[in-house]
Amino acid sequence: MQTEALTGGFGDAPVDAARAFRGAMNAMARPGRIEDLTGAEPPAPLSVAAGVLVLTLCDAETPVYLAGDHDAPAVREWITFHTGAPFSGPDRAMFALGTWHALGPLEAYPVGTPEYPDRSTTLIVEVPELVAEGAVLRGPGIRDTARLRLPEVAAFQRNAKAFPLGLDFFFTCGDRVAALPRTTKVEG
Amino acid sequence: MNEYNFAYLDEQTKRMIRRAILKGLAIPGYQVPFASREMPMPYGWGTGGVQVSAATLVPEDRMKVIDQGADDTTNAVSIRKFFERTAGVETTEETGRATLIQTRHRIPEETLTEDQILVYQVPIPEPLRFLEPRETETRKMHSLEEYGLMHVKLYEDISQHGAIATSYAYPVKVEERYVMDPSPIPKFDNPKMEMAAIQLFGAGREQRIYALPPWCEVVSLDFEDHPFEPSKAEHECDLCGAEDSYLDEVIVDDAGGRMFVCSDTDYCRGRRAAGHVGAQGVPYEEGAA
Repeated sequence: MQTEALTGGFGDAPVDAARAFRGAMNAMARPGRIEDLTGAEPPAPLSVAAGVLVLTLCDAETPVYLAGDHDAPAVREWITFHTGAPFSGPDRAMFALGTWHALGPLEAYPVGTPEYPDRSTTLIVEVPELVAEGAVLRGPGIRDTARLRLPEVAAFQRNAKAFPLGLDFFFTCGDRVAALPRTTKVEG
Repeated sequence: MNEYNFAYLDEQTKRMIRRAILKGLAIPGYQVPFASREMPMPYGWGTGGVQVSAATLVPEDRMKVIDQGADDTTNAVSIRKFFERTAGVETTEETGRATLIQTRHRIPEETLTEDQILVYQVPIPEPLRFLEPRETETRKMHSLEEYGLMHVKLYEDISQHGAIATSYAYPVKVEERYVMDPSPIPKFDNPKMEMAAIQLFGAGREQRIYALPPWCEVVSLDFEDHPFEPSKAEHECDLCGAEDSYLDEVIVDDAGGRMFVCSDTDYCRGRRAAGHVGAQGVPYEEGAA
């Protein structure tokens, strides 16, 4: 194990995680809203915001799927050291982490069951930019409409149609995050 | 300095609760099971709300706790002290200054903003529980969106009393999907639930968390010929004269004397401080009991 796996975690875990969760919660409660997430220095290609989400939400009870280039030894060692989360394939993942292209196809992830729709994967999608323009968002958490540039539109429309089943998404770029729960209706 | 981890709970517990809150926000009105912990207070005293607050608080928060609208009741004072001690957060009684409000059975009269979070203490999260005691069945009913039984219950109210007699914990439908128990708030408060703030619900004994994102559609169940009516005592506050606030009836002597006062103590105090005086009120003095 490289020593860099041991660094870059939260300096003051209870407080850093509390602030990070508020950012993540505000993002999930208000789809399209962009929040700052700081406090961790994860190894590349993990963004700061994705690293903070992992530290805040993942532990030994949450199988994590690393897709594409994110499935790198440095990332695995860092997540293992700081969270103890086990790694899994997409079919058992509670969290999945990677670029949009690497994470697909979405059919591979659990979307919950009719009786337990919460048992679905949360995808942390690393995006090259996070801007409040592009696709129009409507739904819970949005008073009228919000806008967010998305990697594509059709996949999120299909996801919303399956409500109350479905996947929930965080989009991370640098130290910023936005979210798109299954309830949001997306127009291109 | 205190001897507790920030906000009392250990980090793994907070992560588990935080994951449940996020799924709750993603599926508004759906009750997410969570591994409720024993708290240093009995079930029924707000352990669910306390756990949700503990997982949500940040050191910069200003916390307000109300019990039936009042800041000065035993339950509210105890919970406020608990978080002063274990999280080191500032507390307040002023609704407008609070960033996180934990409530038992009321929504504050003052309109909440998007910078605030409202955490409800919930005794029985399952709106169908008194109609169907089996969890396996109610879970199936939610999954099939089978809510006919609830309408039968409201209909029986009308056939027996001439009106829907349910006055608190009045069931709502969220985003045209899940029927949800709003906790035992008076139905007067139901229309306020479409608000700018995030609403989180915690049921400790029953081990459920659910949530409403801001501006979520929340419709009180009713019938076309018996529409939902948010009701309150036909009176005005005897202390501050408010006509628009929810009132408590207080017996003041052994001769049948009574008065109606705002259940939201901060709202009433604010109005009296602004010079409003009710029928039995006296002019407001700073610091007076």
